[in-house]
Amino acid sequence: MHEHISFPILTAIIFLPIIGALLVTVLSNRRPEWVKLCAILFSVGTGAMSLWVLASFTTSSADFQFVSQHDWISAWGISWHLGVDGISLFLVALTGILFPLVIIAIDPHHDQKRYLAWLLLLEAGVMGSFLSLDLVLFFLFFEIVLVPMYFLIGGWGYDDRVYAATKFFLFTMFGSAFMLVGIVATAALARHDVGFLTFDLVTLAEHASFATNTGRWLFFSFAIAFAVKVPLFPFHTWLPDAHTQAPTGGSVILAGVMLKLGTYGFLRFGLYLFPEAAVWARPLFLTLATIGIVYGAIAATMQTDLKRLVAYSSVAHLGFIVLGTFAMTSQAVTGGVAQMINHGVSTGALFLLVGMIYERRHTREIAQLRGIQKVAPIFAGAFTVVMLSSIGVPGLNGFVGEFLVLIGSFQTARWWTIIAATGVILAALYLLWAYQRVFHGEPDEENSTFAELKMREGMVLLVFIGIIGFTGLYPKPLLDRIEPSVDKLIEHVVSRTDFVPPAALEVEK
Amino acid sequence: MLDNAWLIPALPLAGFIIILLFGRRLGEPKAGVLATLMTAGSFAVAIGVFFAMLSRAHEDRHHVITLFSWLPVGSLHVDMALLVDPLSITMALFITGIGALIHLYAIGYMHGDPKFSKFFLYLNLFIFSMLMLVLGENLLVTFLGWEGVGACSYFLISFWHTQDSAATAGKKAFVTNRVGDWGVMVAMLMAFSAVGTLSYSGINEAAESGHLATVTATGIALMLFVGACGKSAQLPLYLWLPDAMEGPTPVSALIHAATMVTSGVFLMTRINPVLHVSYHWAMTIIAVVGAATALFAATVAVAQTDIKKVLAYSTVSQLGFMFLAVGSGAYVAAIFHMVTHAFFKALLFLGSGAVIHGMHHQQDMRRMGALRKVMPITAMTFIVGWLAIAGVPPFAGFWSKDEILLYVYANNRGLYLVGVITALLTAYYMTRQVIMVFYGEARWHDHSQEHGAHGDSTPHESPWIMLAPLVVLAGLAIAGGLLQLPFSSKTHFLEHWLEPVIENGERNIDGTWASDNKYLLLFVAVIIACLGIAGAIAVYAKKKVPVIEPAILANGWMYDSSVSRFMGGPGRTVFSGVAQFDAGVVDGAVNGVARVVSVTSGVLRKVQTGFVRFYAAVLGLGVVVMLAWFLLRGVL
Repeated sequence: MHEHISFPILTAIIFLPIIGALLVTVLSNRRPEWVKLCAILFSVGTGAMSLWVLASFTTSSADFQFVSQHDWISAWGISWHLGVDGISLFLVALTGILFPLVIIAIDPHHDQKRYLAWLLLLEAGVMGSFLSLDLVLFFLFFEIVLVPMYFLIGGWGYDDRVYAATKFFLFTMFGSAFMLVGIVATAALARHDVGFLTFDLVTLAEHASFATNTGRWLFFSFAIAFAVKVPLFPFHTWLPDAHTQAPTGGSVILAGVMLKLGTYGFLRFGLYLFPEAAVWARPLFLTLATIGIVYGAIAATMQTDLKRLVAYSSVAHLGFIVLGTFAMTSQAVTGGVAQMINHGVSTGALFLLVGMIYERRHTREIAQLRGIQKVAPIFAGAFTVVMLSSIGVPGLNGFVGEFLVLIGSFQTARWWTIIAATGVILAALYLLWAYQRVFHGEPDEENSTFAELKMREGMVLLVFIGIIGFTGLYPKPLLDRIEPSVDKLIEHVVSRTDFVPPAALEVEK
Repeated sequence: MLDNAWLIPALPLAGFIIILLFGRRLGEPKAGVLATLMTAGSFAVAIGVFFAMLSRAHEDRHHVITLFSWLPVGSLHVDMALLVDPLSITMALFITGIGALIHLYAIGYMHGDPKFSKFFLYLNLFIFSMLMLVLGENLLVTFLGWEGVGACSYFLISFWHTQDSAATAGKKAFVTNRVGDWGVMVAMLMAFSAVGTLSYSGINEAAESGHLATVTATGIALMLFVGACGKSAQLPLYLWLPDAMEGPTPVSALIHAATMVTSGVFLMTRINPVLHVSYHWAMTIIAVVGAATALFAATVAVAQTDIKKVLAYSTVSQLGFMFLAVGSGAYVAAIFHMVTHAFFKALLFLGSGAVIHGMHHQQDMRRMGALRKVMPITAMTFIVGWLAIAGVPPFAGFWSKDEILLYVYANNRGLYLVGVITALLTAYYMTRQVIMVFYGEARWHDHSQEHGAHGDSTPHESPWIMLAPLVVLAGLAIAGGLLQLPFSSKTHFLEHWLEPVIENGERNIDGTWASDNKYLLLFVAVIIACLGIAGAIAVYAKKKVPVIEPAILANGWMYDSSVSRFMGGPGRTVFSGVAQFDAGVVDGAVNGVARVVSVTSGVLRKVQTGFVRFYAAVLGLGVVVMLAWFLLRGVL
């Protein structure tokens, strides 16, 4: 049933950070540099393995690769089933790259040991969520992720951190509760079709068929959890609070990979398990996504806090991913997956930069900042590149996903797409306006001593900018690996529903 | 040789990269010299490609260079590819040629600026982007350049970013252009969904062979025209261009007069087969917008006092002329006027820069006058530019403007009238400018005496490095008309050259009244130009007629200020209303539910801190237990 692999690399990717977290916890507090070194080594090790997976991934294959499958609790049909395909591949790689960068770039203000331990545990949770192919296993990791993030926000955040952490936790728990019920019900109801009780995603998706209404109820129990996580309008209000109050590292991880648990969940579990319901619910999700794009951008324009601004811009950017997901064409979904990666890189970098501004000026209020470009031109240059990527200027990575989503969605969701495309105007408005207020003008007294980019900061940003430029100009390696899995998923949906993709032109080819 | 055409954009890109890495070490003037050489090298390659193309048969003048596959997903295949054909090479020639001259000029103009090398960094990036725009084989590569020039325009307008006005102008340009970019995006979406490709040849072939439905063609054409209105500063999106004058003057000359702002005209010409199969009223819309913009901007230019603002509104007006041509099916005339306009408008802007340079950053024409005595070369070349734009034969502008008016007359006499009035106003306001700057009494003496302290404030002539480009451009502004003379079909050089690109869309006016009486129309054009010049002389030199410069014209018919007021007033209210709605209603509902739950269960304080912490701990512990169990069962 499972291919034989000499080394269970995916399992190792999940457990290495856990071992790291344990080791960091037992190391002596008197040697902080050793603690940090240990955390760096383990995260770099995990990153290296995820890149190895990326490098040895079979490009043309749409199937799950590096599969590791073992019985776990066989009485309940729960198994340890991991695998990676084109949809999760780059999310795993991004997680692998992002964590070491965050650990290297940012020092916590206090209690480094616990901070690093939580961060490594978080990495394990995120990796596990992206790799799990068993519903219970997925739920387990999906929930694990909450704990370290809760403590990171609550322990190392800013003034209102307890409120924000609580809100984040309760909001997500609320969604997860529905999903837990949904998971159990799915397995129980599918028992008849499958013949035995199982939580295995692939088995369920291939063999289970639910009565129309049942399927829709089940779909929505998952969809609520993912909608909160994305977050989709109107479930988004935890995000600005969580982002604003989280420490910089938390924000980078939150925006970089954690929000993608939601959009990834829609693809992996929503569309795959319940194609009929997903097709049926298309208008609802297309509408919510489009509202999110425009509404998030408008709300971003009026923010006075830089982090809140970036947080609302995330609501808009993630709207594009959901739009692409529910447009269900090859370009749209592939673009959505690419957008997950690209948003992770550019918004991660934006949060890093805003964090650096906070370190220097101890404020994120736009009104307090002014004229930074004059005193720190290199810093401003780095910010400009990342900003243009976020605005979606072609040649940089942000454009690739957004454009593919739009061009793919236009074929099946014409009017939504035309409205969503206005998001590109608004993105320029809120970012350039903020940039002008923060970087342009003559610096006043407090801002005239703004320190230029340091070597360590520059090196970390260079990695981000390198990815931004490369993906923007040559996204083919990315798209080639994503597309087969996406096409397979769309075929899966088409074969089980009356959804008709825009095939006329493809036939001509 | 044609295969080497990739060098045309590659050289400025190389310049950009070198200056990016070593700009600070290169410093002044090496960074500027390098950037100039790269652009000049690109010009040399373009000339080589041009001659290689001339040696080919007409129908073979179409060559695609595919660099790599850019966005391949499913049925979408977008290559990073260059299209070498008469239209793109015409554009590349004048972009790199004029670009190199302006680079040279900027070495002198930017002398002593602390960000000298950064200026040339942006300038080379601009040239690269502009070349990608015109050489693109498909809409997406053009869009890459389109957005690239927009970004460079933003960097360069707000180059002196410590001034709030410059920063605001840069942002305004970018955001206004983005409105147009939305149109280009939607056009690409429509094209792909209708034709299955974004390449120009694919789209144009579909249009020519009748595979493109009329309604789709109209949609694509009009959406691209929305983009063109943004980039080429047409009504109602022209707003950003006058403000863009905040940038250094070489930028105004290169980007906001000669090259970038003509992208819209280029794009419309590139897709002329699509326009050809659109509903007829689509062309009429373009012609009417062009004519309205031309007239509108000309009336505003009449009352401006800033030397660069006159030229800015004049640019908007001349671009309107080009769209009037496009809308009349006169693509050759539009490209012709684009080229001659690039010559004389770059000349006028650089001349105004020399004046500003010599006047120590004075831009108010009311503080000038009689400058021909202290800046003889600048004055001479500026006068050539003036005669060219005013439409005096045999200067370049006369021929191209006349060519446009000829087609417009054949197409629509009402629009012809608008065009003639605009031409009259053009001659009038340009004469006004020349008189105010170079003739009459010297009003700047009063100025220096008022402020007595500045001993060195006497205006002076600019260095040779700034004057040489002026002289070359003046030569081009005199002789540019040779490209396309109306006398016989043998002198229609540009038309023959562009024929493979525009044979489908170009309107044939042979046999119309206008074509039969073209010498009469030429004569009318000369009369019009003379009338405009005479009028301005009567008002500003002889002072026989009182000056008419109503405030409403000086303020651009209050259009810009109305838009600003709307954006700052109701627009802003709506936006902050959304933000407040989010904080109050959406988030308020969430917090309200939370409060109700916690109050009813009576654990308000616990929810705030204790309960969640407890829950998280339980969850964490549970996970650990499960993992331990899993490990103990040894399934690894």
